[in-house]
Amino acid sequence: MKKDFIPHLFFGLALICLAGTLLIGSVAGIQYVYPSFLRESLAFYKIRPLHVTFAVSWIVLAIFGGIYYYLPRICNSTLHSRGLSRIHLYLFIATGAAIVVSVSLGIFGGREYMAFSPILSIPVLLGWALFGFNYFKTLYKKLEKWPVYLWMWATGIVFMLFTFTEAHLWLIPYFRNNMVRDLTVQWKSYGAMVGSWNMLIYGTAIYLMHSITKDDEMAFGKQSFALYFLGFAALLFGWGHHTYIIPVSPWIRTIAYIISMSELVILGNIIWNWRKTVSSSLKYADLLPARFLFSADLWVFLNLVLALVLSVPALNVFTHGTRVTVAHAMGTTIGINTVILLASVFYVLSQRYSTILERHCKMINRGIWVFHIALFSFCTFLILSGMERSEWMNAETSLSFRELTLSVRPYLIGFLVSGLGLATGVLMIIAPAFKCLHCFFTGNAQDESALSESDALYCGEV
Amino acid sequence: MPIGRSVKQRAFFSLIFGFALYSFYVYTSGTTETADRVSISQAGESGRLLYQKYNCTACHQFYGMGGYLGPDLTNVMSAPGKGDLYVRALLKVGTDVMPNYDLPETEIDALVAYLTYVDQTGRFPEPAARKTWYGSIEIDD
Repeated sequence: MKKDFIPHLFFGLALICLAGTLLIGSVAGIQYVYPSFLRESLAFYKIRPLHVTFAVSWIVLAIFGGIYYYLPRICNSTLHSRGLSRIHLYLFIATGAAIVVSVSLGIFGGREYMAFSPILSIPVLLGWALFGFNYFKTLYKKLEKWPVYLWMWATGIVFMLFTFTEAHLWLIPYFRNNMVRDLTVQWKSYGAMVGSWNMLIYGTAIYLMHSITKDDEMAFGKQSFALYFLGFAALLFGWGHHTYIIPVSPWIRTIAYIISMSELVILGNIIWNWRKTVSSSLKYADLLPARFLFSADLWVFLNLVLALVLSVPALNVFTHGTRVTVAHAMGTTIGINTVILLASVFYVLSQRYSTILERHCKMINRGIWVFHIALFSFCTFLILSGMERSEWMNAETSLSFRELTLSVRPYLIGFLVSGLGLATGVLMIIAPAFKCLHCFFTGNAQDESALSESDALYCGEV
Repeated sequence: MPIGRSVKQRAFFSLIFGFALYSFYVYTSGTTETADRVSISQAGESGRLLYQKYNCTACHQFYGMGGYLGPDLTNVMSAPGKGDLYVRALLKVGTDVMPNYDLPETEIDALVAYLTYVDQTGRFPEPAARKTWYGSIEIDD
């Protein structure tokens, strides 16, 4: 088997899932405006879980591809077991296909975001366990000092396993027979699960920046570790900002509020270091992976401001249950997570296929601009629609839900158009990546151009 | 001077220990109050399974959590102008947005029982939520 076959296959599957996310998301957007669209065959109650499945699959598969590629290089050895990585891959392919088919046929039984039958969670958990085992066995006794991204990946893996299991506690009557406990534990697990994959993604971002800048302070410095522990605390205790309004014990609300506000430290750090960030971004602006990472920084700032607002309970009562929350979820998943993972994909592909990518620089750069403009518009329309609903929920109004839906329709049309723009931008970006992967899997050596250590993919301005 | 490995390990395991304690609290006394006041019936339990079977959460919410194509259902059973007959009618025929699932009477009964239970667990939006000076909220019973 070709070297790095498994990471490239994970990347290929991840990009297919990303394309699937865009397609299904576009259908969902159309259904928001025209509810009768495909209602008989693929109604919204099927489309939404399909969109979520593809989106989460894009994220986790891209994470796996990156870590499987980077880990042997960090340790300067081979992966502990390529066999296990293959089993992991096949498990996810089979389970993913089963989930897509079952959801398309209307076979459910799970919960929000994991609407598929809980039986299918078993192979998913097993796949994560195999990945984790391979990760720790590969690292075992290899490095004297771990850079922060190895800590982050380790934390992400362990807590994905824990939170994924916790998300199924509703199967036990003690949890599901108490609505408040059921919902609280569900969102405890989901909040921490997102924190877990954020650890994996941000760890990837720091690895990439370390590789690009060669700045060891980024990987081993006190500040990096301080921010890691702050993020870890948020993962463990910050989930409660999802459940402020549920009638739980006040302590849960208080702890979540305090932990969520600790992210002001991160915001402060971004503002304090803005000059250094800007000069770094200018220095490495022509490096495609770096360009993705610095644009992710911008979305981190914007989403952090929104998240801090949403995390104040007195303000949360106005936004909870509205599309303002969706704007936050989409803004982070697309603007931060997807952008960082695209940086990872292009970093790996540029090691071998810089010629192909350089030929498509113009399209990629234009795609990046379309992407960011469309995403900003997308989130804005979600926030506007959410604020209209908030007013309806909290003011004394006799407007029916149907009348509310009609009143937000202009925003939903804007949301749909922005979403189609977003899909266009992403497709412009990833089309060359598919080309590279096609070359890899067909063994086409014509476009391969091995880079020396100092080489990188430069993609100048449009 | 970089942070020593033992300091990092102590910080890591301290957070884990705190998390374990906190999780135990959340699983137990942090969320018992509602169960003391209201319990789910057998019919309600069947309704919960149906709610999952038909993936109602894709479009509807409880306590503001779920999909946003449809309305929040937390208090649909006690809301003015809504209630038992209203819910049964919608479940029977659907709307121009919600598909008609061709539900038998037994399933409609079960879903109504489940929604009745949910309605008794709390309110959303919560009109009794009082804002404090430091930005938090307090919810009275």
